[in-house]
Amino acid sequence: MKKALEQKLGLVDMLEIKCPYCGDRSQNEFSYGGDATVKRPELNSEVNDLEWDSFVYYRDNPRGKHLELWHHISGCRQWFKVHRNTATHEIIQTLEMQEDL
Amino acid sequence: MKKYSVFSLIKNAFNGHKNWDVAWRDPEPKKEYDAVIIGGGGHGLATAYYLAKNYGIKNVAILEKGWIGGGNIGRNTTILRSNYLHDANNLFYDHGMQMWKDLSQELNYNVMYSPRGILNLAHSDAQMNAYSRRGNSMRLNGIDASLIGREEVKKMIPFADFTENARFPIFGGLLQPIGGTARHDAVAWGYARAADDLGVDIIQHCEVNGFDIDDGKVSGVQTSRGNIKTKKVGLCVAGSTSILAEKLNMTLPIEAHVLQACVSEPVKPMLDGVVTFGAGHFYCSQSDKGEMVMGGDLDGYNSYAQRGNLPTIQHVLTEGVALFPNLSRLKVLRTWGGIMDMSMDGSPIIDRTHIDGVYLNCGWCYGGFKATPVSGLTFAHTIATNEPHKLSLPFKLDRFHTGHLLDEKGLGTKTWIS
Repeated sequence: MKKALEQKLGLVDMLEIKCPYCGDRSQNEFSYGGDATVKRPELNSEVNDLEWDSFVYYRDNPRGKHLELWHHISGCRQWFKVHRNTATHEIIQTLEMQEDL
Repeated sequence: MKKYSVFSLIKNAFNGHKNWDVAWRDPEPKKEYDAVIIGGGGHGLATAYYLAKNYGIKNVAILEKGWIGGGNIGRNTTILRSNYLHDANNLFYDHGMQMWKDLSQELNYNVMYSPRGILNLAHSDAQMNAYSRRGNSMRLNGIDASLIGREEVKKMIPFADFTENARFPIFGGLLQPIGGTARHDAVAWGYARAADDLGVDIIQHCEVNGFDIDDGKVSGVQTSRGNIKTKKVGLCVAGSTSILAEKLNMTLPIEAHVLQACVSEPVKPMLDGVVTFGAGHFYCSQSDKGEMVMGGDLDGYNSYAQRGNLPTIQHVLTEGVALFPNLSRLKVLRTWGGIMDMSMDGSPIIDRTHIDGVYLNCGWCYGGFKATPVSGLTFAHTIATNEPHKLSLPFKLDRFHTGHLLDEKGLGTKTWIS
C-alpha cells in the first residue's frame, strides 16, 4: 500500500518492474524496447510508403498510459509488455507478450 | 525600455535598487494577433523576438502554460557547440554560434556567453580517427576545430585519469575552441525583455487547449484565458509537441524522454571549458558558482515526468568518476530532469504543417539550448515568409518520407538509446 502510494507520487528512487516470470525486480535489470502498440505491416502484402513511414518513424507518444516493451536482460531475458503512466511513472500492469490489455 | 548599462547600475545603486523597471509587462491577452507563438521557452521567445525585429511582425503573443523559462531552457547544461559531422547540422548550429557572440549586446542583457572551448575525449585509435573525420568536416564548413593528443589534453585537464589504471585511457580529443557555455536563464529573460520592448505580449499561465481551423487554415487558438484570433501559429513546445500535435490531428516522428542533469557542491575552479567523456555518455563543465554541472544519458523510457530515477544518475556519475577520479569526493547537490523531444533521426524539425498557418519547431533531442538564437531566427523566417529559411531547409518534416534523414550518430529509431 505504502509502496504503491510512493510510486504514484514519484517518491521512489527507481522503478520496480514486475517481470511476469520472475516477479518484482529493480529497474537496473531491464532494458527498454519502446512502444508495444506499433504494428509491423503484414508480410507479403502491398505496403505503401506512408504505412511504412508510420511503422518506422511515427509514434503516438501519449502523456499518460503507455503500453511498452521491456526486456528482462539481466534476468530471465524474456521480453514482455508493461502498461505504465508516462506522466507519473506509475506501473499499472505487466503482461506476457501474447497477452493484450 | 531603459537600457541596462554601467550608468543605470550606478544610478540605481544610489536608491537601493528599488526603482528598476520591470523587465517585461504582464499584459491581458488581446482578441487578435498577427502571430501567436505557443511556448515561452528559449525558442519561443527568440522566435517572437526575430519576428518583431527582422520581419516587422510586432503584434505577436507568446502563450506560455506555466512561466517563461521554466522548461528546458531552465533545465539544460548550458553547453554551446557546433561540432557536428553533417554539413546541414554544422552550417545551422555554427550560424547559431556566430549569433551567440553578439547576443548580450543585441539583447542588452548579459547572457554570460563564455567560449572556453569544448573538448570531446577519445579513448581509442578508432575514436581518434572518427574525431579526425568529424573535425575535418567542421573545418570544411569553416568551423575551427583541432585534434589534440594525449599530452595536450593532459595540460588542459591534468586531474583526469592519466594513470596506467585508467579503465578508458585518454588518447586525445577533438577541441572546438569557440564552444563553451552561456547562462541559460539569462537567455530566456534577455529574449523576453527584448521581445517585450518590440511590442510582443508575453502571456504566462495561458494554456492552449485547441485550435480553430476552417478549410485547412488556422483562424485562432482556444486558451485557458479565452479565444484568440490569429492567422499564424508557431509551436515551440519541445517536450509537449505530441500533445499539441494531437489536437491538430498530427502524429509526429517524436518520443518524449526524460533527461537528467545534476550539479555537485561548489568547489574552487578546476575545469575551464566543457569536457565530454568518449567511452560513455558523460559531459561536464564548471559553473561560475563552482558547481560541477554534469549530464549524460536519457533515463531510457518514454516520460513526461520532468523527473527521473536514481539508476541513471548513478550510471552517469560512475562514468564521471572513471574520467575524473577526484569527483568521487564531491557530493551531488541536486538533480533535475527535463522532457526531450527525441526525434527519430536525432535532428530537429522546423517546418510548415498540413494546416495553413500552423508552423512546427520541435524534435530538438537534447541539443536545443545552443540552437536557441538560430532556431528563433529560422523559425521566424518560416512563419513570416511561409517558406523555410535556407539554413533550416534540411530540417523539414518530410525527410522522414523522402529518406533525407540527418542521422548524426547513425542510431536509427531507438531514440532512447541516444
